[in-house]
Amino acid sequence: MADTITLHVARYRPEAETEPTFQEFQAPCRKEWVVLDALNYIKDKVDGTLSFRWSCRMGICGSCGMTVNGEPKLTCATFLTDYAPGPIRVEPLRNFPVVRDLVIEMSDFMRKLVQVKPWIIRAEEKSLSEGEYLQTPEELDEYKQFSMCINCMLCYSACPVYSLDPHFVGPAAIALAQRYNMDSRDEGAGERMDLLSDHTGIWGCTFVGECTKACPKSVDPAAAIQRYKLKTAMEWFKSFIMPRGAR
Amino acid sequence: MSQAPIYTEYHPRWYRRRTSTYWWLRRPSYLAFILRELSSLFVVWFVVFTLLQIYALIQGAESYQRFLDWSKNPVVVIVNVIALFFVIFHSITWFQLAPQAMVVRMHGKRVPAAWIAGPNYAAWFLASVLVAWIVLSG
Repeated sequence: MADTITLHVARYRPEAETEPTFQEFQAPCRKEWVVLDALNYIKDKVDGTLSFRWSCRMGICGSCGMTVNGEPKLTCATFLTDYAPGPIRVEPLRNFPVVRDLVIEMSDFMRKLVQVKPWIIRAEEKSLSEGEYLQTPEELDEYKQFSMCINCMLCYSACPVYSLDPHFVGPAAIALAQRYNMDSRDEGAGERMDLLSDHTGIWGCTFVGECTKACPKSVDPAAAIQRYKLKTAMEWFKSFIMPRGAR
Repeated sequence: MSQAPIYTEYHPRWYRRRTSTYWWLRRPSYLAFILRELSSLFVVWFVVFTLLQIYALIQGAESYQRFLDWSKNPVVVIVNVIALFFVIFHSITWFQLAPQAMVVRMHGKRVPAAWIAGPNYAAWFLASVLVAWIVLSG
């Protein structure tokens, strides 16, 4: 049948298997269908035991990241017709432990997110009566790009440094740290510096640039990391030529 | 980040795929990255080669002639041709990446990438012309 497409879906059933296998499914290949629609079709009509994460279906929640034909993708934004006539290979995100089928374990990422202190830090909080912290549109533009991250982890899946060294803080977490460092209301750059200037922080990155290519929200984490390297190097240089009072 | 990601210890059933030693052959962009990293060795080679040349020059005419004869050796020529390829690759990839790391704003707007990469290429070209002129006119 011309209006169906074959999917090779990675299955991992830890109670029965020691490593993942592939299972072949047929799904309707409709013009408006994405890979996630095909997976939902399989779960509804063919095999209800297939496990995968999803929520919003519109590129906002960041839950449905998987490896499609070897590339990290949001399956809600990956159209079946782009892969016709198929087959399409669907695997879990790389570089994370697999819990079951297409579901990965993400607590390492969640812990790293918190470690970069992604909130506005003030040396001294203003009292409520003094009003809100104001910001101009230009100041917003400074960091807005880095605030678009949806924590889908596609960048971690694309990053060879993270695959070789799981201690690496990673693209999304460093971009998020930069988002707060560049926020005019924030005063916490110094607090984030120790973690990020470590060899598992920005200096772990070798600028492969794959995180930026994988990012579905054009956050450009690679740029965030390189800009941070540049800034740290300048700070070091300043403190080197002016040992007193540079910081 | 000193804390080790040890959580899988208590979950023996989670499947962890091992990273292959040949991960860099998996996609062209990874291979290009590894070649870019490797190119630094050839940059070092050219530095060493230039230092040897200067050293020979200081030692006098006879020594310099010996250096020139040595550098005509087919093996040295082949190494230099390969090194030239890698150094050009190194320079181009470096200039391509520069706009991503450097953000220059004019009148509140970020200047286009070509405005940052362009002057780099121009300076490279001018320096090459200058060197070529010095070498060829002598």
